[in-house]
Amino acid sequence: MNNLLVVPLIIPIITAVLLVFLREQIMLQRIISFITMIFISIISFLLLNFVQTDGIIRLDFGGWIPPFGILFVADSFSLLLVLTANVLTTICLLYAFSTIGERHEKMFFYPFVLFLIAGVNGSFLTGDVFNLFVCFEVMLLASYVLVALGGKKRQLRESLKYVIINVVASWMFLIALAFLYGTVKTLNMAHIAQRVAEVGQDPVLTTVAILFLIVFSLKAGLLLFFWLPGSYSVPPTVVQALFAALLTKVGIYALIRTFTLMFPLNQDVTHTIIGVMAGITLIAGCMGALSGRDIYTIATYNVIIGVGFILIGLAVGTESALTGAIYYLIHDMLAKALLFLLVGMMFYVSGESVVKKMSGLIQNYPLFGWIYFLVMLALAGIPPLSGFMGKVLIGQGAIENGSYVLLAIGFASSIIVLYSLLRIFLASFYGETTISYEDRKPIPRGAYVAFVLLALSIVCVGVGAESLAIYVKDAAKTLMNPSIYIDAILKG
Amino acid sequence: MESLMMILIGVLVTVGTYLVLSRNLIRVILGTAVLSHAVHLLILTMGGLKKGAVPLLSQSEGPFTDALPQALILTAIVISFATTAFLLVLAYRTYKTNGSDDLQELRGMSDE
Repeated sequence: MNNLLVVPLIIPIITAVLLVFLREQIMLQRIISFITMIFISIISFLLLNFVQTDGIIRLDFGGWIPPFGILFVADSFSLLLVLTANVLTTICLLYAFSTIGERHEKMFFYPFVLFLIAGVNGSFLTGDVFNLFVCFEVMLLASYVLVALGGKKRQLRESLKYVIINVVASWMFLIALAFLYGTVKTLNMAHIAQRVAEVGQDPVLTTVAILFLIVFSLKAGLLLFFWLPGSYSVPPTVVQALFAALLTKVGIYALIRTFTLMFPLNQDVTHTIIGVMAGITLIAGCMGALSGRDIYTIATYNVIIGVGFILIGLAVGTESALTGAIYYLIHDMLAKALLFLLVGMMFYVSGESVVKKMSGLIQNYPLFGWIYFLVMLALAGIPPLSGFMGKVLIGQGAIENGSYVLLAIGFASSIIVLYSLLRIFLASFYGETTISYEDRKPIPRGAYVAFVLLALSIVCVGVGAESLAIYVKDAAKTLMNPSIYIDAILKG
Repeated sequence: MESLMMILIGVLVTVGTYLVLSRNLIRVILGTAVLSHAVHLLILTMGGLKKGAVPLLSQSEGPFTDALPQALILTAIVISFATTAFLLVLAYRTYKTNGSDDLQELRGMSDE
């Protein structure tokens, strides 16, 4: 069973290399990539259930006993995210089949999506900080290609900035790693946690922790999100959806892992900084979402609001807040992917991206309109949809901890989210339609299937929160008690 | 020796930062390359410069030099090589399509 742990990383890479040679056979590429994604989703579901019965599992590459070799570690938290990431990538592929266009498909679109998901899965599963860096780079290189693929004027310009900012962020990651290695002489996450606990988190280690905070904040879009709105609005719709759903979430995962496992001791400093950053992120994101006039701007600033809200959970740091953060992370991945797919489809059918220039879309596309309404309610946190559970639990944690300011900002942001998305709904979906029913552009069936599947998964995560609870509770328990994680790696 | 290395790293970071902050695209990319050299040296120095023998059990009794930083640097060099190559190609394409390699002109307006 342990060997299955490498499947989410290795299978996409092998398949992607294979697909490079099948450049002209588009149909074959589609079938192979789709089957691969379904296969990994099933494997990660099996692993998730296995972890519930047998505890944390690990795979030591080359048989090197930790802390000496590189290893993969699977606890409920990482496997929940792997599962969500793979399921939503599968659904996004369905959308891509009917919309991405032959030009992209012949330019290795599917291989790069698979490389991206390999990097994402690797980042979630690795138990070694340097390996985390490598998996980040696998993911980022694939994302560099995906963001630039298409080669439009604006796209190239924005992707250049995206690449440079990420190169600088990776450079800072290496600096943090160098200082960490110089201080604790190990790179295994569990071993670092143990050594930090032994010597106490002195100022040097806190500085290293803050360096990691800066690096992961750049990747997650926490406060340092200035690059995000530009680069997330240029690539094709399905790439936007994948980016919004996966890339920032990997940064959030790294933040949560770093500050619950490796550097949990000096919370007065680190968690206060995270709290302040999350608060400012929320306020700035809300301002962006309110001032945006086109649908892409509003959607990208909603990503930033989501990031801020999840990290309130980390800043508060109680068990219920972390449980809420995990719930909200899962919800946010699904809902943001759906939101970006819908927004891209709005642009496709109307040819406009400015909110006020669209009108009456719901009369021509009733199902499309109601799915948008559903995702809007989910993002605002209306029960019984998926956003509700996370918001309640993060709120509960904030009250327990007495962080009333963060609580107020967080819940005020929900209203802003609702308002900004409702504005699109009222202006673009309601009102008189400008196109007659006969002249409308049909929405491809594959796109509808993707919408419905994602909407269903949002409803399922919301309604089935109780059956999801066993996994999420276990994940939060491991995050709150790093000793469970450390013992699973270093003892036995 | 470590202090000398740190001074060298400092100089490289200074040069790299200066280049990254300039307006010319190629200079920015060269700046990132210099920065990555600096961080490779930093990893080497933080791991401790050469202290003992080659880490092979059959060759000597010890003490051994820590070989891990070199493995890390090797990985980091490969990655930075790939990213720099990609970045150069991307910069060339951007220059061809946008007709400028001046970052000030590549800013773009938010409402176009």
